[in-house]
Amino acid sequence: MTILTFTIILLLGAYLAGLAGSLTGLGGGVVIIPLLTLFFHVDIRYAIGAALVASIATSSGSASAYVKEGITNIRLGMFLEIATTAGAVLGAILAIYTPVNLVAILFGVMLIFSAAMTLRKKHEGALLEGSKLSYQLKLNGSYPSKEGVIDYKLKNVGAGFSIMTVAGMLSGLLGIGSGALKVLAMDTAMKVPFRVSTTTSNFMVGVTAAASAVVYLQRGYIDPGIAFPVIIGVLAGAFTGSKLLMKIDVKKLKLIFSIAITLIALNMIYNGFHHKF
Amino acid sequence: MKTKETKKMNDYDVEQLIGQVLRYGVLLSGSVAVIGGIWYLYQQGSGMPHYTKFSGEPAGYTSFSGIYRGLLTGSATEIIQLGVVILIATPIIRIIFSLISFILERDKLYIIITAIVLAIILFSMFGGLAI
Repeated sequence: MTILTFTIILLLGAYLAGLAGSLTGLGGGVVIIPLLTLFFHVDIRYAIGAALVASIATSSGSASAYVKEGITNIRLGMFLEIATTAGAVLGAILAIYTPVNLVAILFGVMLIFSAAMTLRKKHEGALLEGSKLSYQLKLNGSYPSKEGVIDYKLKNVGAGFSIMTVAGMLSGLLGIGSGALKVLAMDTAMKVPFRVSTTTSNFMVGVTAAASAVVYLQRGYIDPGIAFPVIIGVLAGAFTGSKLLMKIDVKKLKLIFSIAITLIALNMIYNGFHHKF
Repeated sequence: MKTKETKKMNDYDVEQLIGQVLRYGVLLSGSVAVIGGIWYLYQQGSGMPHYTKFSGEPAGYTSFSGIYRGLLTGSATEIIQLGVVILIATPIIRIIFSLISFILERDKLYIIITAIVLAIILFSMFGGLAI
């Protein structure tokens, strides 16, 4: 396979990754790593570099659309970013001491978890009374909806912050956005309404990925020959996805995607245990 | 009541501005990657990819000064890396804009929180974590 064919196939793959990532809310990174390692037999370290680039592209690409709607809770995102960026830097340091097989296995486990998270029941309701810390940190907010402005309050700030540190660490170690863990921390622990947690998580994914991407760029994980088809493909895919999102029902798509991702994850874990990385 | 409303307007304006910055940042990064990519394929398209074994990239495009030097000679790989750097910069710029908006609002708590986030990112850039 020449570089030209490699680039064209990767461009198509990245386009589909961006499309699927934006339609299901999982981000571009989760598809890029299996595509590169299992299909192209690329070293997982180059794949991690590419996934970081893909995560930032999906985050920044779709954030400009979400910000318009005014539902991202910037204060909440910023406060939790202390946890995710610190975790990401820690993860990037840990990566030096982590064998690549273990990285592949962890990635597989994370994929299965993400697939399960896309299918879970969403937390729609808004809390009326928040915890003391949520007032002190000014984390409570409101968002516009069809029924008018909805006020919401948060609780379990400490638990959310802790899960976010783990999310950041995994994102620094694996190169993915860990959007699923971020939503878990906000939805399940802090009781943030679903619409707010999704967009706020998307805002945070870019910042978290940027924190470790700088380290990986200097380590040589981000190869230009892989990076350019990934950037172009994922951006174009995410753009198409955000247009399609208004028109189609993504329920079935999410189910198919979750099953596909679980199969890929099992493959990654199997190969990880058999030292095929 | 009136002051509260103007404050909300400012918030909204800053958000709109951030949205614009992100859009242009992403567009710019994509365009630079397209230019560098076409140039790269023109020069090396018939070669063979070498990604099955991780070698750590040559020093040229793993540092800001290396990318800058490569750009001066019109090297394709460094042009692509410039696109990557612009992309990585977009969320960081978003943090800086948020910091400015918290300063305008005189929200001391969030000026400190945003400064901590920015400091962690700067530490990862210049903290010598590359090894």
